[in-house]
Amino acid sequence: MKMTEIAIVGGGPAGLSAAVSAAASGARVTLIERDDHLGGQLKKQTHMFFGSKKQYASTRGVDIADILQEQLAKYKDRVEIMTDATVIGIYEDGILTIEQNNKYIKMQPQRIVVATGASEKFLTFPNNDMPGIYGAGAVQTLMNVYGVKPGNNVLMVGAGNIGLIVSYQLMQAGVTVKAIIDAAPRIGGYLVHASKIRRMGIPILTSHTVKYAHGKDSLEKVTICKLDEKFQPIPGTEQDIEADVMCISVGLSPLAELLWQIGCKMTFVPELGGHVPLRNGEMETSLKGIYIAGDVAGIEEASSAMVEGRLAGLCAAKGLGYEAENYEDLRKDCLEQLNSLRSGPVGEKILKGLSKVTA
Amino acid sequence: MRIEEHPILSFKKGEKIKFSFDGEEYEGFEGDTIASALHAAGVKVLGHSHNHNRPRGFYCAIGNCSSCLMTVDGEPNVRTCTEKLKSGMVVETQKGKGVLK
Repeated sequence: MKMTEIAIVGGGPAGLSAAVSAAASGARVTLIERDDHLGGQLKKQTHMFFGSKKQYASTRGVDIADILQEQLAKYKDRVEIMTDATVIGIYEDGILTIEQNNKYIKMQPQRIVVATGASEKFLTFPNNDMPGIYGAGAVQTLMNVYGVKPGNNVLMVGAGNIGLIVSYQLMQAGVTVKAIIDAAPRIGGYLVHASKIRRMGIPILTSHTVKYAHGKDSLEKVTICKLDEKFQPIPGTEQDIEADVMCISVGLSPLAELLWQIGCKMTFVPELGGHVPLRNGEMETSLKGIYIAGDVAGIEEASSAMVEGRLAGLCAAKGLGYEAENYEDLRKDCLEQLNSLRSGPVGEKILKGLSKVTA
Repeated sequence: MRIEEHPILSFKKGEKIKFSFDGEEYEGFEGDTIASALHAAGVKVLGHSHNHNRPRGFYCAIGNCSSCLMTVDGEPNVRTCTEKLKSGMVVETQKGKGVLK
């Protein structure tokens, strides 16, 4: 049995940040990541972040992953990093099981921070299972991490920030984006992204959805149609778009399997992307010693995931008796950063969601 | 199709790697996953659904969705979107659900 003080599940922005603040407080930390590198989805984020300096605004996501790893390296005497290691279970007695290089490892931590992130949602339409139809994040990974074009002509479904940003990145990679469509009557993403897209000549069609995907072995053509104010298709408004790639960017849902397994109290909160755990102001779930941070706690941006990670790491360490010297200031600073990130119209929705799960 | 020019990113291609897919020789680069190498070579269909035999490609590319499972070096149900490509790998379209050895 492997022992550690704080096990952190997931090495993305939330998990890395939790590891930094927990280790800075003095705790021994084991960071467990299923991929072969840390940074999670920051690795494919070639755009500059918003927010404030504290959340690395104006820095590209891919560089933020390196910055966080440098911060963590300062505490390497008490931080263990496990990559290619998948947590496959967390049990009632607090034992965590891990698969790494075909070995089954059991670990007994005193505190656990679950920062497993999210997965991309899917959309229902005929032939939605056809190759050529990918999550927008998948296409971003393919392009920005592996340097491979997804195809030649793309239809982007979803005009939220991810849809807009990935469309821009597709154009940067030399791929044509035929159109961006969204079922909502308004563009969900930031105006600054949408304007950039429009300047490139890509139409953004709101109140539109996918009616049908065509192709033999992979996507060749998409029929889209207009929706009325009740989101019902308007007959006669169908149009065909020649596309060999369709990107689905209709939101994310929290990857909360481990929290379900161990028995955290969960509730369905549409504003946060699906089933999320109840938590207190310290990011601790209904189960003592099990903390959460990032998208698994509710879908937001990487900026807030990093701050939640800091907070969870800080509080988990304090729970073990490792109280950071300026604990109260640090904690307040995290809360203030989260408040400021959650101001504005998108933040309103998040806050409404959080009010349903925060004790 | 590989990205040749990019305004922000520079892709350092690793060593060329040869592997086989359904008996034919393919090439990828060190750093590729199996799925990225296949996609770059124009292969989008990675498998077929069990009941209706519908073609399947990857969907999430980060190991969540299980849409990219293939048989690799005789082992079934390998998530090819995250499994790194290695020289001499034998990649096959999987028939059926795979058998535990």
